[in-house]
Amino acid sequence: MDRREFFTLKRRAKATSPKPYAGLRQIYSGLAPYAGAWTEKEVIHLLKRTMFGAKRADIEHFKNMSLSQAVDELLNVPTSLPAPPVKNYDNSDIDAADADLTVAPGTTWVNTISKDFTANSRRMNSLKAWWIGNMINQDRSIREKMILFWHNHWTTESLMYDEIGTYGYRYHSLLCESALGNFKKLVKDMTLNVAMLRYLNGYLNTYTAPDENYARELQELFTLGKENNPNYTEDDVMTAARVLTGWRIKPEDESVYFKPQDHDKNSKTFSSFYNGTVIAGRSDATGGEAELDDLINMIFAKSVEVSEFIVKKLYTWFVYYTIGPDTITNVIKPLAQQFRDSGWEIKPVLATLLKSEHFFDANSQGCLIKSPLDMIVGLIREFDVAMPPSSDYVNYYNMLEFLHNQSVLMQQNIGDPPGVSGWPAYYQLPQFYEMWINHDTMPKRERFIDQLITTGYMRDNVKLIIDPVTFTKNSFPRALARDPNLLINAIVEVLYRVPISDASKARIKTQILLSGQVQDYYWTDEWDRLYDVPGDAVTYNTVYTRLRDLYKYLMNLAEYQLA
Amino acid sequence: MKRRDFFKQTLPASVTLPALLNGFSVKAFTGASPLVQALMGTATDTDKVLVLIQLNGGNDGLNMVIPIDIYRDYYNARSNIAIPQNKILPLNGTSKTGLHPSMTGVQTLFNENKVAIVQAVGYDKPNFSHFRATDIWMSASDSEQVLYTGWVGRYLNLEFPNFPHGYPTAQMPDPLAIQIGSVASLASQGSFPMAMTISDPTSIYDFNNVGDPVPSTPWGKELEYIRMIMGQTEAYGNVIRAAAARVTSQGSYPSNNDLAQQLRIVARLVKGGLKTRVYMVSTGGFDTHSSQVDTADTTIGTHAKLMARVSDAIKCFMDDLKGLGVDDRVIGMTFSEFGRRIKSNGSFGTDHGAAAPVIVFGKHVRGGIIGTNPTISSNARLNDNVPYQYDFRSIYASLLRQWFCVSDTDLKTVMLKDFPNIPLCINAACGATGIDDVRNDGEQLIINYPNPFVERTTITFNTKGGHTMVQVLDTMGRVIRVLTDRIYTSGTYTVTFDGYGLPLGVYYARFQNGATQQVRPMLKTR
Repeated sequence: MDRREFFTLKRRAKATSPKPYAGLRQIYSGLAPYAGAWTEKEVIHLLKRTMFGAKRADIEHFKNMSLSQAVDELLNVPTSLPAPPVKNYDNSDIDAADADLTVAPGTTWVNTISKDFTANSRRMNSLKAWWIGNMINQDRSIREKMILFWHNHWTTESLMYDEIGTYGYRYHSLLCESALGNFKKLVKDMTLNVAMLRYLNGYLNTYTAPDENYARELQELFTLGKENNPNYTEDDVMTAARVLTGWRIKPEDESVYFKPQDHDKNSKTFSSFYNGTVIAGRSDATGGEAELDDLINMIFAKSVEVSEFIVKKLYTWFVYYTIGPDTITNVIKPLAQQFRDSGWEIKPVLATLLKSEHFFDANSQGCLIKSPLDMIVGLIREFDVAMPPSSDYVNYYNMLEFLHNQSVLMQQNIGDPPGVSGWPAYYQLPQFYEMWINHDTMPKRERFIDQLITTGYMRDNVKLIIDPVTFTKNSFPRALARDPNLLINAIVEVLYRVPISDASKARIKTQILLSGQVQDYYWTDEWDRLYDVPGDAVTYNTVYTRLRDLYKYLMNLAEYQLA
Repeated sequence: MKRRDFFKQTLPASVTLPALLNGFSVKAFTGASPLVQALMGTATDTDKVLVLIQLNGGNDGLNMVIPIDIYRDYYNARSNIAIPQNKILPLNGTSKTGLHPSMTGVQTLFNENKVAIVQAVGYDKPNFSHFRATDIWMSASDSEQVLYTGWVGRYLNLEFPNFPHGYPTAQMPDPLAIQIGSVASLASQGSFPMAMTISDPTSIYDFNNVGDPVPSTPWGKELEYIRMIMGQTEAYGNVIRAAAARVTSQGSYPSNNDLAQQLRIVARLVKGGLKTRVYMVSTGGFDTHSSQVDTADTTIGTHAKLMARVSDAIKCFMDDLKGLGVDDRVIGMTFSEFGRRIKSNGSFGTDHGAAAPVIVFGKHVRGGIIGTNPTISSNARLNDNVPYQYDFRSIYASLLRQWFCVSDTDLKTVMLKDFPNIPLCINAACGATGIDDVRNDGEQLIINYPNPFVERTTITFNTKGGHTMVQVLDTMGRVIRVLTDRIYTSGTYTVTFDGYGLPLGVYYARFQNGATQQVRPMLKTR
């Protein structure tokens, strides 16, 4: 089917639901390419969903392209891995005989296996900090958002694999390399990934003591989902576990290998859901991989179930969690079809979705509650908060660790999601994203914002703080920023995805930028003086405090939590 | 009269609830007007508190509450992790059942008649996924039914209709329920999240709000939600901080026990005077697929630490409640999304299983062991599971009825069906609950003959009268037959189980007569 045919066939298959879905989201648009206005607003929507925050420079970069070019650039992810995490920790309490001691400070530890618990625990902290650093320093691509997507999908918890740093790094590398790759290939690679093998007990799964942990999640969480009717059976879980017996981890080099003696060599018969598929038992050295291929082929033969499950997950990640009957017909099903037709390639599916009129529908915008990392990393990026250079690795990692700890407080511990199903915000009905926000996490978000915009976070004389004056000068032309009305409009446009009323803007202007005065020129005069009398401390201070209070106020409002 | 009954009787159909309530200044009428009394006197007046302790990951019930009377079968099924018989903690009044050696705290409470252990709690067609099984326990749904509300949420919705609109009120100035931690659970989900989630009762935050109206769009919905949480945090935050401030000294709790630390906050807030009805706490690490015991000594290791954590926490909490003089007001229960397999695996662990015991504790609990030890076949197979004796929803229903005085009609609204009450606790305010003592310990109420059987077997049961049901379950815990389900007069009866065409293996006959429930294993052979 060619592209045009594909769109015309599936367009606007409406009238599946006589009443609006859940009385809330009446959305009928489908996957036809979006042809509406392409202004800063749309650029910001695209960037906030596919990257961490919309940086001023990125907005400028993309708004001069067409939507299609912009999406293509975002999907053109680098093929190389980022520079690996380095040893930012000291040697205290690490076994003197452990190989970690051969790693020089500031160089990478990823090529040196350590058996020491303390060293590994520090390596995992290094990896987590580095991971957040990658997000902050992301290039203009969707890769970091997709790595996080896959981490939430192919969950592993480092605490469950004893925080072995090299396991964590190999897991992250696989997510990074496969971020926009082939999903079916990723299923196989992930099944045999050392961290996953350890996390879901695949390495303990033997003929005499089958362990069904991975076999279950492979079907329930990773490929088919639990809501199909009919679906795989309990017996299928146990049978799949038998297929997967015999994979081990070699402690010396942490390599994954197949041990035929531990493998169940009998044939495995599956239920009618899989049409009674029989996977022939193998006993030779290549048997494990051959049976794994058979298993994956059998699961992927349920192609509608697999494709729709993955597409819905992508949709929930990038668009919204309400998937009404019209969205199923107009978006999910045709995207799933495209996914199957492309041989399980992720990139074309994302291209279609992100260029679609559905993605730019008013009912798809502004409704995503930021995850903790989205909020934290987005704030650092959007305000261009100065970080130590990565070459100053001690201070660089110190700052990243602070950000990581903040994210943990807000319930997103990267590398250690709360369970094998990932973060509840992406699966827990009926609340979904709302799960991020509660009486405990909301004050923590606000306190983080307050700290970054007021006192800053300081460690070893290095400070992480928003500079509101520099940010404003760099983001907006002088002529705009000297007009308090235009300035507030412009700031709200970047920080918020939802409008606030003119009355509120007027109140904010009067109370904050004008300190209760009514004449706009009080602000204009101060702003001009900042340029005309450089170095004047009083002026700088006047402008600084007002802008600081303005940004703080705007970030403290509920509106700031939406993307 | 309940609020909804009142409206049903007096209001013209066209008046909607929120509009009316928002239009009223309830304070201005204070008690005098019958209308206000009706409006105010909605929720049941009670100072009782329920504490739910979630053990996250699926607790191995068979190593927590250990069947001594069938020790040999227990040992054979899990020799690499079995607790040595001489290390099992004995319990007063029974020689058949004992506790994990780390659970000295719960042992003491049991012997003081402050603990009830309900055996083999689960449900038909158990689900083995953490995710789904947790939802089932939280929502109190059937195995295959998906509910988006929790049982606590539905109860609080019934008592406090229209929440959160107009709350806090004069009558209910406090949070309806409090979840200690940073994650809200499905259990407290009503038409809105009914619980307040906090980790530090002494800290509050003042939020900003421009208050622009929100449109009825997806982003409007999310914005309204965030604002609601901000507003509640501020309003209830002050109340909670004030309650916490009223309690300046408490009993001691181990600092390295996260569950104890959470319960410490609960005790403080209860003593501090909150009218909050339900508290939820949780602790994790129970998914013991591997290394659940030390390979050299099965009484120590991961699961032993978990059992000590739970037992010590409950003991400190009970001691503190007593010291604070609020032990009359509180009962609690533990639960986990499932138990684990009867047979252990090769990695000194256990895989996801089915039914498991539940511990109910409190000064006014009816102490003792409810139900019989699970049956373990003499050569347990890999996939053998503990079939359920008690539906977990019977426990919820019993607590709502016997602790919160929820009427039978309302119970059905909350629990969605009828579940037999089990005598768990005593709250004089609820009046007679009409529950007899359970006839269980020792008396065999259901047998079958022949056993093993080839095709058919005759099941004989002894009912004390009233509603009686006999089901047959397979080893996966699924109900495959209902042999009888009706009202009987007291006496002994027989029914026949025809297993023609069914696979060979173990089946369980489950007998249910009011609170009395027993399970009998039956073996189908060639």
